Amino acid sequence: MSDSQRSAPLLEVRGLKKHFPVRKGLLSRVVGQVKAVDGLDFTLERGQTLSLVGESGCGKTTAGRTMLRLLEPTAGQVLYRADPTSEALDLFNLPKKEMRALRPDLQIIFQDPYASLNPRITVGNAIAEPLLVHKIATGSEVEDRVAALLKRVGLRPDVANRFPHEFSGGQRQRVGIARALALSPKLIVCDEAVSALDVSIQAQVINLLKDLQDELGISYLFIAHDLSVVKYISDALAVMYLGRIVESGSADQIFNDPQHPYTRALLSAIPHADPKKRKKRIPLTGEIPSPIHPPSGCHFHTRCSLVEDRCRRDWPETVALGGGHQAACHLVQGASVTGA
Amino acid sequence: MSDSQSPEGAAKPLLELRDLATWFHTDEGTAKAVDGVSYKIYPGETLGLVGESGSGKSVSALSVMRLVPSPPGFVERGDILFRGESLLPISDEDFRRIRGNEVAMIFQEPMTALNPVYTVGNQISEAVMLHRGLSKKAAREHAIEMLRRVGIPSPETRVDTYPHEMSGGMRQRVMIAIAMSCDPALLIADEPTTALDVTIQAQILDLIRELQEDSGMSVLLITHDLAVVAEAAHHVAVMYAGKVVEYASVEELFEKPRHPYTIGLFQSLPDLAKQGERLTAIPGMVPSATNFPSGCRFRTRCSIATDLCAGTEPPLVSLEPGGAHTVACHHLEEASKL
Repeated sequence: MSDSQRSAPLLEVRGLKKHFPVRKGLLSRVVGQVKAVDGLDFTLERGQTLSLVGESGCGKTTAGRTMLRLLEPTAGQVLYRADPTSEALDLFNLPKKEMRALRPDLQIIFQDPYASLNPRITVGNAIAEPLLVHKIATGSEVEDRVAALLKRVGLRPDVANRFPHEFSGGQRQRVGIARALALSPKLIVCDEAVSALDVSIQAQVINLLKDLQDELGISYLFIAHDLSVVKYISDALAVMYLGRIVESGSADQIFNDPQHPYTRALLSAIPHADPKKRKKRIPLTGEIPSPIHPPSGCHFHTRCSLVEDRCRRDWPETVALGGGHQAACHLVQGASVTGA
Repeated sequence: MSDSQSPEGAAKPLLELRDLATWFHTDEGTAKAVDGVSYKIYPGETLGLVGESGSGKSVSALSVMRLVPSPPGFVERGDILFRGESLLPISDEDFRRIRGNEVAMIFQEPMTALNPVYTVGNQISEAVMLHRGLSKKAAREHAIEMLRRVGIPSPETRVDTYPHEMSGGMRQRVMIAIAMSCDPALLIADEPTTALDVTIQAQILDLIRELQEDSGMSVLLITHDLAVVAEAAHHVAVMYAGKVVEYASVEELFEKPRHPYTIGLFQSLPDLAKQGERLTAIPGMVPSATNFPSGCRFRTRCSIATDLCAGTEPPLVSLEPGGAHTVACHHLEEASKL
């Protein structure tokens, strides 16, 4: 990748926040806020894969959806550059019409394609729909495009007339990918896209996603809880805990030199496919606290084995550890990150 | 695990399936979900039963528990032996004394397995009142003790909460508390951690291991996740399309997998692959249970299959005397080069 490209990433997310009001009573008064996503900063490079990881309830899915404006953001900026040379657009500031024009570039695939595909529409029509809506193809051209897309994801073109229930889980996920590919996207948000698949099928779909990336230069925001898949597929990682990023860096930095106690505990919890490596885990007691009443100070302090007084009091600043590696922990020494 | 519990040792198996076949008679044909499965579980050991969706691993366990919906499902042939005695001729009424008492089961999704309108305390008490004849008061005390044993904080108040008030990990602990309440000899855990976060998964696996060390029970751990097996099992049976294709100790299986399917499963794991390296996926998908291929059922996805594989089903044979490692493949020599 050349220097000019490096300086102009596909997407820069700054201070992303999404709060949900908690309503109670007859008049649905707002009694609190769930800070599902509470100030995220990350950068997605062209043709690369960034993974958001964390336990359920950490806000990774909300982050992915808010970033695409499928949920209205509470605050923040998402700077998008279609090309390295083009000017950055803030997705959150675009009028609806312009946002709509950008939608083809930004696609999403979900964990369960069965829930996201209409059971009464053939997969051929499901894949054709975005082409027609965005007036990318008309007439017989549509059929050809659909056939080509099905082929591209490893399905026979003649399955276009079938309905979603006639497919296995892995095949349905291929249909979901074909649908996302229809509009030649620059970015696909993969929200637990391979989590529900059997291991042999999962490997097929991961290979497909990698091939598409190599071929078409698509960037992926990979939202996942399975860290062995993440380790394999990611260039960069951001570890989330209760709506915030506690550590981020390259896949190598996070997996081989984790600094935040939460990252270390999370990694030590991964079972290894090697009975000789049954190892001592870093105990992570309890569960992720409710985001309605997050703990004071560092959100992780209630489960951290290294907790000190200041952790209960103050949220730790994110510090830079060199080479793009960042962590937010009082016990990690590093240079201050300004503006982050 | 001590040596006396290994297959080579003197101990008798606690549970043994002999050529078990459970078929479902449906409008689309007969689904041979389990079709000639044999495995043994020894006292105090954990047997990992691995396979993809549709391999028949859950149905084999449900057959043991007599929880296969019937019709359409029937045990067609074979036998299930518990402490050396066949479970099949036992009447439903007598079987209820075993199920939930000597053999207990936990499931993947505790929310659907728990009754939403009863407190967790009620649900734990139910089993001991039924099987052990405890009074209501004693059963409540027992329920609190069980909740404490499975690591639920402030069990005295938690005993009166409902399942929906708990997180997924807590609910799975409650399921385990119910299963353990009668101190079973065998715990069947069907994908117990699949729906849980990796951190909670680690806690639950540790909990099951601790309970096993305390009570000496055997565990049948059903999972699709080889990494979970590596962590928790002593022996492993790999299932494919209604059959056991390979059986070995966990160390042996992970070091020297012999069946092309087992080898393929390992090569599919991103865990073991280097970053950037292409995964070696098994092509195609698991065949439908109503229409398994002739001969070896894996042959349609196997890179070394020959005419022999299409014509003759490979028997499960021992690699060495004693049956510590058994494989069902015609082409072990070629498979070793995969």
